[in-house]
Amino acid sequence: MLGYIIRRILAILPVLLIVAVIVFLMLRLSPGDPAAILAGDAATPAQIDRIRTELGLNDPLHVQFITWMGQLLQGDLGTSLISRTDVWTMIERRIDPTINIALLTIFISVMLAVPMGVIAAWKHRTWADYLVMTFSVLGFSIPVFVIGYIFISIFSLQLRWLPVQGYTAPSEDLLGFFQRAILPALTLATIYIALIARMTRASMLEVLNEDYIRTARAKGVSERDVLFRHALRNAAVPIMTIIGIGFALLIGGVVVTESVFNIPGIGRLTVDAILARDYPVIQAMILLTAGIYVLVNLLIDLSYSLIDPRIRY
Amino acid sequence: MRFNSRDFSNNKVVLDVRDLSVRLPNQPQVAPILNQVSLQIRAGETACLVGESGSGKSVTSLAVMGLLPKDALRVTGGGITLSGRNLLELTQKEMRAARARNMAMIFQEPMTALNPVMRVGDQIEEVLKVHGDLPQKARQERVLAIMEQVHLPDVRRVYASYPHQLSGGQRQRIMIAMALILEPELLIADEPTTALDVTTQGQILKLIAELQEKQDTAVLFITHDMGVVAEIADSVHVMKDGQVVEQAPVEQLLRQPREDYTRKLLKAVPSLIPRQERPETLSEPESQGEKVLQVQKLRKVYGGRGFFRRGEGTLAAEDVSFAITRGRTLGIVGESGSGKSTVARCVMRLIEPTDGQIVVAGSEIAQLSRQALRPHRRHIQIVFQDPFRSLNPRWKVGRSLVEGPVNYGASRQEAMQQAGDLMELVGLPREALGRYPHQFSGGQRQRIAIARAVAMKPDVLVADEAVSALDVSIQAQVLELLADIQEKLGVAILFITHDLRVAAQICDDILVMQNGKIVEYGPAGDVLANPRDAYTRALTDAAPGRGWDFANFRELQSA
Repeated sequence: MLGYIIRRILAILPVLLIVAVIVFLMLRLSPGDPAAILAGDAATPAQIDRIRTELGLNDPLHVQFITWMGQLLQGDLGTSLISRTDVWTMIERRIDPTINIALLTIFISVMLAVPMGVIAAWKHRTWADYLVMTFSVLGFSIPVFVIGYIFISIFSLQLRWLPVQGYTAPSEDLLGFFQRAILPALTLATIYIALIARMTRASMLEVLNEDYIRTARAKGVSERDVLFRHALRNAAVPIMTIIGIGFALLIGGVVVTESVFNIPGIGRLTVDAILARDYPVIQAMILLTAGIYVLVNLLIDLSYSLIDPRIRY
Repeated sequence: MRFNSRDFSNNKVVLDVRDLSVRLPNQPQVAPILNQVSLQIRAGETACLVGESGSGKSVTSLAVMGLLPKDALRVTGGGITLSGRNLLELTQKEMRAARARNMAMIFQEPMTALNPVMRVGDQIEEVLKVHGDLPQKARQERVLAIMEQVHLPDVRRVYASYPHQLSGGQRQRIMIAMALILEPELLIADEPTTALDVTTQGQILKLIAELQEKQDTAVLFITHDMGVVAEIADSVHVMKDGQVVEQAPVEQLLRQPREDYTRKLLKAVPSLIPRQERPETLSEPESQGEKVLQVQKLRKVYGGRGFFRRGEGTLAAEDVSFAITRGRTLGIVGESGSGKSTVARCVMRLIEPTDGQIVVAGSEIAQLSRQALRPHRRHIQIVFQDPFRSLNPRWKVGRSLVEGPVNYGASRQEAMQQAGDLMELVGLPREALGRYPHQFSGGQRQRIAIARAVAMKPDVLVADEAVSALDVSIQAQVLELLADIQEKLGVAILFITHDLRVAAQICDDILVMQNGKIVEYGPAGDVLANPRDAYTRALTDAAPGRGWDFANFRELQSA
């Protein structure tokens, strides 16, 4: 088990290296010049070129890459081209809102989607099942920003229950945090709920046909315990897998949601950095995202052996 | 052969099923699934419910337990009374309370009937939790006590084990413990020993009888195995197409069956007496005695030394040598884990033998590469156990049949033509080539699987438990078909089975395996009638109903 974990963690390194190379090349190949953006509209080509040299953008590509990798290996993510601040500090300042909203999103999604999926499977081919499936299709097909604006329009503008935008840290004002975070979290959760509910339903349908479910009923176990004590844990492996895959969706969704709700998180940071061609920030963000994604999936894989005693690493 | 002849007329009636009818809901035009089934079981009595698949045995038992699939089947008439209480009038909640407490059930597949992610001790304990309020400690003691009673070894360790850590027999003991912990009046056992080895089967049957005696339980025992019926039944109910066609005390039923259907069922039971010895002569003298399959010192180790692994691996077969001549049948007999299927798969080169020689139709194939093996594959073909999974469900039968010959260079028309001939050879209409596997019954599918194997004109046909999943009457037909094909085509058959009765019917020679080694090898008559090895003797002794000649309704006349 420990050996397996160590091997898996070591396997993350080549993944990150490949991501680093790809990100670096893609950015350099894409149009747009950070020096031109920095210099402003009135700059002459000579001024822009001077800025490029100062920033090291005139060095050959491999020199730039080696410099960046050298910094990375020392744990230095570099300095923003635009704001001249340390990238790590920028991320540190902005990561809290994103993490809090992401956690809230996952919590809401699992708490809603799993029971929805279980009930849909239990009441297979009844109105409850059809309702869940309809919601699931809708959740997949409506874009995140549309959902966000619909929520704002209903709950903030018409009903005036919640503030329109902004963010309050839970450490400052817990109620304020929930008031401002609930809509972005629900927005993000929509597609996630659709995905998890669907997978839960499919997995439960299969498990409910198993012999041991009949055994449980023959023992006189109540329907609730049959579903949640006997069936759900057996159905859990695919559900965990989909939660892990959904993490990628979540990261993509954060960028849009933070823009819609004007939340100062790393999603907004990334958008701003891309618009300004702020290479070090973009590179750092993508590496960070990739790292989190790989780690989450490792945790998911490890959770399998907790769920199912037959799985041993 | 001694049958049960106990008298129960003074005992109280535990289960009384009267004119029970079950139908598909909203489909009055479809024939009922159960048609006025009646049966009675008294305390301490074992009633066997026999019949072929689809006869309604399991539906009857599920109806009693109230476990019919809710939207698929509905009780439309009759009554089920358990110790004076009409079960059909109970609410869901009362019904749940009655399960395990008043009536309990054990199922066929101990591999799948236990929840794989719960410790078995907890699964037994759950019964106590649901039906009562004993404190935790008392519950655990009671669970350990019943585990002792079903003769599980090392109960504290087993208590904390997961199902996959136990053997099939141990799991079935867990099921029995779970069913009987509350001492219900009625135990329903649905083919509880069908998936078990014959020696384990004997132990489980003994265990059920022992606990039944202790608790005075009424047992409804569902089985298709007449041997088991002869061993344990007090009374027998024969079912066909949702009706009970005959019921009688066991001895009367086996000696003087009244109904034609019962006679047919009994006649299909394969005899333990080996078939007549066949002389090793064939129509073509030049091929006489030609060894089409020779296996020398075959050895297979699973796992074992690898780049990342140390250790010994699992020895699945060692020093296995045998030979088959054209037109003859060799049976490999053994219990699960004996290595018989490993040998079959090595011979087919579906898995890589670790060591040894395999000579098929004159060519040594044991060490050939995948590529070099290709031209030799057609000489040896296999028929698998489960006809429901061995044909591609999305392919028409014709496509499955021509695939092999086309791979070896036949034109499509030619192959189709031949496939049609083969369908007729196995007793199916030519037109059936255009149908999908799900449109056939299990027996028909196994015929198709045989046709598929024979399409390659092999020298050797490997049949891996090829009739184990079939009803006895179908089993007899498929065995007949195999013998017929062998006569026509002169193919040699390697027949893998756990069933001594089947082996006695079809094999010329028998090889008995245990723990990966051959313990006895010789002509079928010698091996079955005068086994020399202790293990072979144990196997033949454990065969249920071995003293009875079912097909002739009398004691076995020793040859």
